[in-house]
Amino acid sequence: MLVSLAWSSLASRRKSVILTFLSLLISISVLLSVEHIRQQAKESFNRTISDVDMIVGAPSGQLNLLLYSVFRMGSPTSNINYKSYETLKGSSLVKWAIPISLGDSHRGFRVMGTNNSYFEHFKYGTKQPLTFSSGQPFNALFEAVIGADVAKKLNYKVGQSVVIAHGIGNTSFTHHDNTPFIIKGILSPTGTPVDKTIHVSLNAIEAIHLSPAKQAKLLNNVDSVNTTPESITAVMLGLKSKFSTFKLQRDINNYKADRLMAVLPGVAMTELWQMMATVENLLRIIGILVLVSSLFGLSTMLLASMAQRKNEIAVLRVLGAGPSVIFSLVLVEALILVILASAAATALLSLTLWLLGDWLGATYGLFLNANMLNVETLKVIAVITVAAIITSAIPAYEAYKNALHSSLGAKN
Amino acid sequence: MPNTISSASTPLAIHIDQLSYKYHKADKTSFYIPNWQVTQGEQVFLHGESGSGKTTLLNLLAGVLTPQSGDIALLEQAFSTLSSKKRDKFRAQNIGVVFQQFNLIPYLSVLKNIQLASYFAKTGNTQIEQYAKALLLALKLPTTILQKAANTLSVGQQQRVAIARALINKPKLLLVDEPTSALDAASRDAFMTLLIDLCKQHGITLVFVSHDMHLQQFFERSVNVTSLLKEEGSKC
Repeated sequence: MLVSLAWSSLASRRKSVILTFLSLLISISVLLSVEHIRQQAKESFNRTISDVDMIVGAPSGQLNLLLYSVFRMGSPTSNINYKSYETLKGSSLVKWAIPISLGDSHRGFRVMGTNNSYFEHFKYGTKQPLTFSSGQPFNALFEAVIGADVAKKLNYKVGQSVVIAHGIGNTSFTHHDNTPFIIKGILSPTGTPVDKTIHVSLNAIEAIHLSPAKQAKLLNNVDSVNTTPESITAVMLGLKSKFSTFKLQRDINNYKADRLMAVLPGVAMTELWQMMATVENLLRIIGILVLVSSLFGLSTMLLASMAQRKNEIAVLRVLGAGPSVIFSLVLVEALILVILASAAATALLSLTLWLLGDWLGATYGLFLNANMLNVETLKVIAVITVAAIITSAIPAYEAYKNALHSSLGAKN
Repeated sequence: MPNTISSASTPLAIHIDQLSYKYHKADKTSFYIPNWQVTQGEQVFLHGESGSGKTTLLNLLAGVLTPQSGDIALLEQAFSTLSSKKRDKFRAQNIGVVFQQFNLIPYLSVLKNIQLASYFAKTGNTQIEQYAKALLLALKLPTTILQKAANTLSVGQQQRVAIARALINKPKLLLVDEPTSALDAASRDAFMTLLIDLCKQHGITLVFVSHDMHLQQFFERSVNVTSLLKEEGSKC
């Protein structure tokens, strides 16, 4: 009855209520989206790589190495010798090594040279291995395995042939027209940059950069030209024992034959997050301020309505409603507005994320879950509700005082 | 007219004893009624000049104001000494109140307004709609009015709905404060006849406050507020 009374009361003040509702909707959406994107981005970052103990590349910054080797962002500054990879692979401390070679792209998707150890050892999320939704790993020179998003976006099927261009970007000037690749396999979706990568063998990367004459020769006879690469971009390592991590890292950093740098993915990830933390906190504070201002708006709206509701309160008093009922009535009105606005904001964001999900993933590498109904969202909504109760206690108290002093036949 | 006309056998609806009320704590003089009694089923016309204290007395009887000293007993039960919560409940269940105007919550339908009275009285009456229809018919209002918003009715209709709302919980005491001041003469007389008839029919004690002496004709008993009151300062 109280809720239905509060609802009718709100409905009778439609205009100011709708404006207040919109202001709440916007501020709650801002706060929820900041929180959601923060959570999801962190989750999506952290699930990109798992079970890799060390990444080895040319000396630059550890963030730089992490960004290009794992997130396929930015470009490697220089390469490392292929021999170094072989040395690392042969080390008694190393369980497995995945070589990667970056620098090419195909219609906006990165092309990565690697070998079959990638499909065997690379893990993401919570130690989940890569699986094939169709096809199998490449085994011949001009074969490629594509990520789920690549297959979906470009509508590629197993068995189709594609042409890989040199350089990064959608329109590349030097198309390697002579060297078409056959799609050999399509990976299952992972929600990581793997989905947006085209995987070929290291030798294939070498082959597409040969002179046209050599390429023609190679197409005639695969074994006629040596396509063993001289250099690669980075190596991902799995160690036999975690205890040897620091020893190996020191050895690699002091390696004389090549200039190498080894980074620990966990440490680099943490550094990346610390960098984001400032921005993250700033966004959060802005979100909170916007929310506070619209809660004050709600409180003002209710307070302003008190003058015109004196009679209404007197009537309720006479019918036997105690001052506490009047207090609750105002609180219930505020809660109805805040809960409706929260629900609407959740729905609105879910819809927006669902509609923009592909674009965000393709443009910013953000893989956001469109489902907003999780514990974190509920926590934020709970905090908003408590804040709303606190701010609307002001008009509720005003109504309570009105109720205490309202007397019958109060002349208007 | 004597203030005590009740015999020991008829139960009292209102019994005021040594009531004293100050508008502000610092006031030297106070509103003071040494003794006043109304028997159950009686209809009393309470008149007096503006500012004579009619409305204050009504507020005290409804329990919205509480006396600083003295007692008000309603329906042979202590009333002014109850806790405010119990007093609110007693009022909801036993007292019907009709104001001069603004009796209804404007944005609610007539039915919702009436249901609200029943909700706060916690009578658990499931047949409110039937009873409300019967009351509206008795008050010569069409039952279709139930679904209309209160602020779409004419003032005369609103006052009659207010009576129906005041009677929905079958109160034993009805307090009415100048309900006809916004009505023209013809509708005023019709309204008064209906009100008195309904009260007689249901055995309801009515305290009717007005400064309009013309209305005295509808009542058997008429009391001037000034005669009830004695300034405490002038008492001794």
